[in-house]
Amino acid sequence: MKQRKLWSLLSLLLIAALAFTACAAPPAGDSGAAGAATEAPADEAAADAGGEAAAADGEVIEIEYWQYNFQARIDAMNELIAQFEAENPNIKVIHNSDTPYDNFRDKIAASVPAGVGPDVVSLFYGWQTAWLDAGYLVPLPEDAFPPDEIRANFSPMVEASFVDGTLYTLPTAVRTLALFYNKDLMEAAGLDPESPPTTLDELKEQAVQCTVRNGDAYEVFGFVANPAGQGHHWFREVLLRQFGQQPYSDDNRTVLWNASEGGYEAWHEFLSFGTELETGRSDLITEPDDFLAGKVCFHIDGSFRLGSIAENAPDLNFGVVEMPEHNGIKSTFGSYWTHGITQKAAADPARMEAATKFLQFITTPEAGTLWVEMVGELPAQLAAAENPELLADEKLGAFVAGLPYAVSTFFVDESKDRQAIIDANDAVILTGADPDAELDIAVQTVQEMYDEFWADR
Amino acid sequence: MNLTIRQRRIVWAYSFLSVSLIFFLFIRWYPTLLAVNISFRDWNVFAGSGEWVGLQNYADIWEDLFKPRSAVRAAFWNTLRYVLFGVPLQLVLALGIAMLLGQIRRFAGFFRAAYFVPYVTSFVAVAFVWRWLYQPQIGLLNQIITGLGLPMQPFLTSPSQALPSITLVAVWRSIGFAIIIFLAGLQQIPDMYYEAAQIDGANRWQLFRRITLPLLNPVIVYLAVLQTIQFLRMFDLVQNMSTDNAGGPLKSTTTVVLEVYKEGFSGYNMGYAGALTVILFLVILLITMLQLRVLSRRVDY
Repeated sequence: MKQRKLWSLLSLLLIAALAFTACAAPPAGDSGAAGAATEAPADEAAADAGGEAAAADGEVIEIEYWQYNFQARIDAMNELIAQFEAENPNIKVIHNSDTPYDNFRDKIAASVPAGVGPDVVSLFYGWQTAWLDAGYLVPLPEDAFPPDEIRANFSPMVEASFVDGTLYTLPTAVRTLALFYNKDLMEAAGLDPESPPTTLDELKEQAVQCTVRNGDAYEVFGFVANPAGQGHHWFREVLLRQFGQQPYSDDNRTVLWNASEGGYEAWHEFLSFGTELETGRSDLITEPDDFLAGKVCFHIDGSFRLGSIAENAPDLNFGVVEMPEHNGIKSTFGSYWTHGITQKAAADPARMEAATKFLQFITTPEAGTLWVEMVGELPAQLAAAENPELLADEKLGAFVAGLPYAVSTFFVDESKDRQAIIDANDAVILTGADPDAELDIAVQTVQEMYDEFWADR
Repeated sequence: MNLTIRQRRIVWAYSFLSVSLIFFLFIRWYPTLLAVNISFRDWNVFAGSGEWVGLQNYADIWEDLFKPRSAVRAAFWNTLRYVLFGVPLQLVLALGIAMLLGQIRRFAGFFRAAYFVPYVTSFVAVAFVWRWLYQPQIGLLNQIITGLGLPMQPFLTSPSQALPSITLVAVWRSIGFAIIIFLAGLQQIPDMYYEAAQIDGANRWQLFRRITLPLLNPVIVYLAVLQTIQFLRMFDLVQNMSTDNAGGPLKSTTTVVLEVYKEGFSGYNMGYAGALTVILFLVILLITMLQLRVLSRRVDY
């Protein structure tokens, strides 16, 4: 008898537990995409009116802006947000910049399905395709961002933000690559610090002269072709073009790195700094730290590095010169961190309106000017970039001069593209593998990725 | 309802247990089952849904195994190597140290703590410190090596040395746990067996071989299974010791879990990552069952 009572009580408990879990489950799912989709139509009408009403009431709308952790950018954005909030007292921007660069994409991927992500997000332009495929970004409203005006006012690089004529993201600033040189090391090596290399041959010559070795170790790296740093861009968009080989076909469907003798020549040239010239090996250097520590003569990097050098190595005696030309061809890689508006913002018209206003504010020429001063990136709006003072700037001038010939690579997946070049380089440098065969493997790896990407389109 | 005190206690026990059961259902089981489901879909991370594609993801993995410089092939092969190097090394070293620790009386607590400290240190901190120690040119280990007039060693930057270097750190990091378990196991063996054997004229090796080892069998099995699972799930150390080129150089240190992470969270190929997870789960299950069958022996004296 007692036994039965116990059992009935236990089964009651079990049923209660099940009921509890069953109730708990659906709301958790609701906060996801399904819920948003069903609610959207009803909401739209209501919120259209509601958005204005909210503004009139002085009700504060909160939007979230996310970027990765990089001190100069954080400071600049905090400044912009302060200005924006002063102009728009009914909008509050929450600035999330806790995520380190390495984990930024992962964090987005994890937070967005959970419904706690950003409304306005900072992303590398090369990620845009993947983020669009994921349905994460929404088109920028044309009335706020008229395509013709954008094309006329912004650096031509920004073309990469248009997909089939629709604009999805817009940057505050852009950057190009240039050659950094350490004046003290050049002087110590008997080189004239006022005439840094302007051609590839000069770079080779001066790098050899600047290198100081101690047995197997390098006391001073002359120049390191490091694909894990900016080296992979240098190979793709600069060296290949200078040896007469465009990196990808015009329709971005075919990888052409090994499509001609010129391609292989460019690759040999890239590897030669680690093998024949012995001006430094990619496995021995820590970039960019070693340049900041004054152990590297010549170093390819972006304008974004100026800010961190000023912060962490203020005494470094260095200069910046345009990327060395070869065969009369000048080229550099251009890229930018751009800002997009997410589905999360688009789900609520009031938030969308606030997000649009915020995006407009952070992409003005004035914002670009503030950004160049605080971060060292070039203004995305030409009006601010054509400033003669900027062109004459000792450090920024070289980057600004690169703007007219800078190319932005179309990436299917930049990290895998980069990995293929890192692996090819490592195979040659670390295991003495055949350079040509390794380049072929890299091309095959990246081409397969391209084929897969285009097959779905 | 009139319940006896005993019955009431049982009811309370079950109600408290059911709380953690619910927790496990949602935090452990539900995501696990979801991962299995995702592995059969072309999953879109942002939409939180995906089309059913059957075994496509598994077929893709199979195909990728045969590509030149295949990341998944390297991952499975490396994971196996981590287990084959790491587990035996860990067990042998831990048993040796535990036996030494069992013999000392002075400073015994200090020594035990010293060996156990790495275990309570975070993997990431351990990874960063060891990365600096291993660094070419300026790392402490290389300074010592070159100071002795020996050639500089590449350690983490060499495709052949990187995996053993990381394995050693993994062993160092978690050996404290194995030592403590072994110590406890050793103390469970009654002294009378040793005394009896010694009277019969057994030497030290025979004592170890015939008494210590067989009676430690349950502990050894427990540790072998646990450590194998840990090495099969190797991730944190690799991710943090090969920055800039995670799993490198030349994919020589990548693991299955690292590839799951890369595919899932930076390539957004959740389906593929899910399929890899399921395969890893099956491998772990299979190996664990094998270990339990082969290693377990009941010994009674």
